[in-house]
Amino acid sequence: MPNLTRTEVLTDAQTHYCPGCGHGIIHRLVAEVIDELGIREKTIGTAPVGCAVLLYDYFNCDIIECAHGRPPAVATGMKRVQPDKIVFTYQGDGDLAAIGTSETIHAANRGENITVIFVNNAIYGMTGGQMAPTTLTGMFSTTSQDGRGEHGEGPPLKVCELLSSLEGVCYLERTAVSTPKDVISAKRAIKKAFQNQIDGKGFSLVEVLSMCPTDWKLSTAKAVDFVNNEMKTAFPLGVYVDRS
Amino acid sequence: MDREQTKIIIAGFGGQGIVVIGNIIARAAVIEDKNVVGMVSYGAEMRGGTANAAVIISTEEVASPIITHPDAAIILNQPSLERFEPELEPDGTVLLNTSMVKRQPQRTDLTCIKVNATQIAHDIGNLRVANIVCVGAFIEHTKLLSMDSIEQAVKDLFSNKKAALVEINLKALHAGAELSSCLLPVQN
Amino acid sequence: MAEAAVQAGCRFFAGYPITPQNEVPEYMSKRMPQVGGVFVQAESEIAAINMIFGASAAGARCMTSSSSPGVSLKQEGISYIAAAELPCLIANMQRGGPGLGNIRASQADYFQAVKGGGHGDYRLIVLAPASLQELYNLTMNAFDWADYYRNPVMILGDGILGQMAEPVEILPYEPILELPEKDFVLDGCKGRKPRVVKTLILKPADGLIAHNEHLQEKYKRIESELSLCEEYQTTDAEIVIAAYGITARIAKGAVRMARAKGIAAGLIRPITLWPFPNEPFISAAKTASQMLVVEMSHGQFIEDVKLAVNGQCPVEFLGKGGGWYPTEEIILEKIESMAAASATAVKGKL
Repeated sequence: MPNLTRTEVLTDAQTHYCPGCGHGIIHRLVAEVIDELGIREKTIGTAPVGCAVLLYDYFNCDIIECAHGRPPAVATGMKRVQPDKIVFTYQGDGDLAAIGTSETIHAANRGENITVIFVNNAIYGMTGGQMAPTTLTGMFSTTSQDGRGEHGEGPPLKVCELLSSLEGVCYLERTAVSTPKDVISAKRAIKKAFQNQIDGKGFSLVEVLSMCPTDWKLSTAKAVDFVNNEMKTAFPLGVYVDRS
Repeated sequence: MDREQTKIIIAGFGGQGIVVIGNIIARAAVIEDKNVVGMVSYGAEMRGGTANAAVIISTEEVASPIITHPDAAIILNQPSLERFEPELEPDGTVLLNTSMVKRQPQRTDLTCIKVNATQIAHDIGNLRVANIVCVGAFIEHTKLLSMDSIEQAVKDLFSNKKAALVEINLKALHAGAELSSCLLPVQN
Repeated sequence: MAEAAVQAGCRFFAGYPITPQNEVPEYMSKRMPQVGGVFVQAESEIAAINMIFGASAAGARCMTSSSSPGVSLKQEGISYIAAAELPCLIANMQRGGPGLGNIRASQADYFQAVKGGGHGDYRLIVLAPASLQELYNLTMNAFDWADYYRNPVMILGDGILGQMAEPVEILPYEPILELPEKDFVLDGCKGRKPRVVKTLILKPADGLIAHNEHLQEKYKRIESELSLCEEYQTTDAEIVIAAYGITARIAKGAVRMARAKGIAAGLIRPITLWPFPNEPFISAAKTASQMLVVEMSHGQFIEDVKLAVNGQCPVEFLGKGGGWYPTEEIILEKIESMAAASATAVKGKL
């Protein structure tokens, strides 16, 4: 039976997320995992710059809000000083795969014993729908108005594929939250990523394909279809690395 | 030469043990409770293929760590003589490693210490101690510091290394002191 | 400096290679593991300063070191650390700029260190040692001031200081202040409410204004409590030189030479560049007939000297950037020309 009670890892604050946004689901999954593993009182989360910057209002645990793209570096400092604590980053595509690519790759390659939740919605949400590193080829955004790829933007960056060549990585999986089955699968992956850290196994990253109906300019239902039909084609789901 | 303060330049090719010479002299000065500052020059000051180290020994607090006009120069190669001879203070002292420097100083006010350091080091059995031979010669003739302090500095510097290394360096020190000559200024 | 940091309990170091300061991370890479600390060679200066952000929030005494171009890269993180009021030590062994510049000594990052550098209204406590012993002692003190005021501290050195060798007495660390409990540390919320370290302040609408006012109050307090300066032969000085760091040391030699020639010269050497020690300059402006600012840059430090002097005394300038440094002789020459000009002026009046 699924647990229908609200987890104490989330606060009572009402979130600022738009209708149909995936962040709410993903917050809930991360919170439930922290709850189930009984680690709330030893967990420190990092908030990114982007839509999820306010997650410190929603998570009922210690949180450090970081500069754009820097959570893996901040988490490195945090975890190395307190190896017995659980440190996770929660980052969007602009944060993790554009301005923070270097921090991501090197934290992964060092095998930092941290958990990274990577929310990929293929767009810059908070700043108003600009092209993200993961925006799909041909997809429209406020800074790729003729569709990505028409003016030298290059194809979307595939983070799991990119990181899978690094020997320091413990666990990489791409999931989604666009169907009930995907949600259950995403939670399993997130739990494994935290368990790996508890077991001292090293860098674990779970990529979650998520909806942004507002900046995609789609209805909430169409946004779900977009993830299922378009994004999953460009970003195949599955386990990319598992050395746990 | 300034009675209170002595500014020494040690110059040669990189790899001739210039920094080690500076280090030993500086350590010996510390043993004698004097103020000392050392500096290794870099950047534009490495022109002409020379590297150099500077050591200032003083009875009072050392102000500038930078030497414009040295009181003494320990010269390990020809380009260094070209460079530093004109810059020496009047009545300064120059030590020449005559194995590497083939000409005499042109200035007549300089006290000149000569030591065939590379040859002596070769005879001792290790070319790398030529720098220590120079230290022996320099201290023997300038009496800037006591030979005991220098010996102690050598022992301290190589204390982490093999005992044989201390021994050969001490041997080089004394060979330098014995097998060197000192020419006073002609005009005196 | 590195050993002083270790002695003072620094247990986290993150850095990135850049000349001329590589000796520091090299030393730390060996020393940190010996004392149960952490050394990380970061992938960039930006990552290094953000690792410091994380380590400081985790409660560790921590530091990073770099040189000018690297410190420019760190400015983002420094602004965040100052905003979040986290303690840490940043060392800048300045080299010639702008751009990649060269690796010779310079003091051209004065504005960056003292006036801000990163975005927003914040201040760093900035220390300018002139000898290795002072560098050692100030490094220890820096950790105390950082913890006491919950503010990043910067040691502003230069390539010459980095290349020098001097005997240093390795003193054991003794706190110079009664340090507050670190009630901001993120170590898991066991037995307490969750804590947040953040710099984004959207609510209430005037929250950021209030936070800025809070920071400014702290800076005022630091200004009233912390100010270090060395004065050398200023009491009867006609010509007072103002210089900091290695330049001041060279200037001290020039003062001695000038005194030997019968010119009443003196020296004011600020040890804290922020807070700037105004008082000695205000006093000297009343007694001296002229001041001379010497710096290894094209007139940055002089602005603070002029603010302090406030027009009470003419201020001359001797300085250049790009790796230039003054010698005792160059400074002496300038002092002599100032003395001569002053003598002529006096004659004119008679």
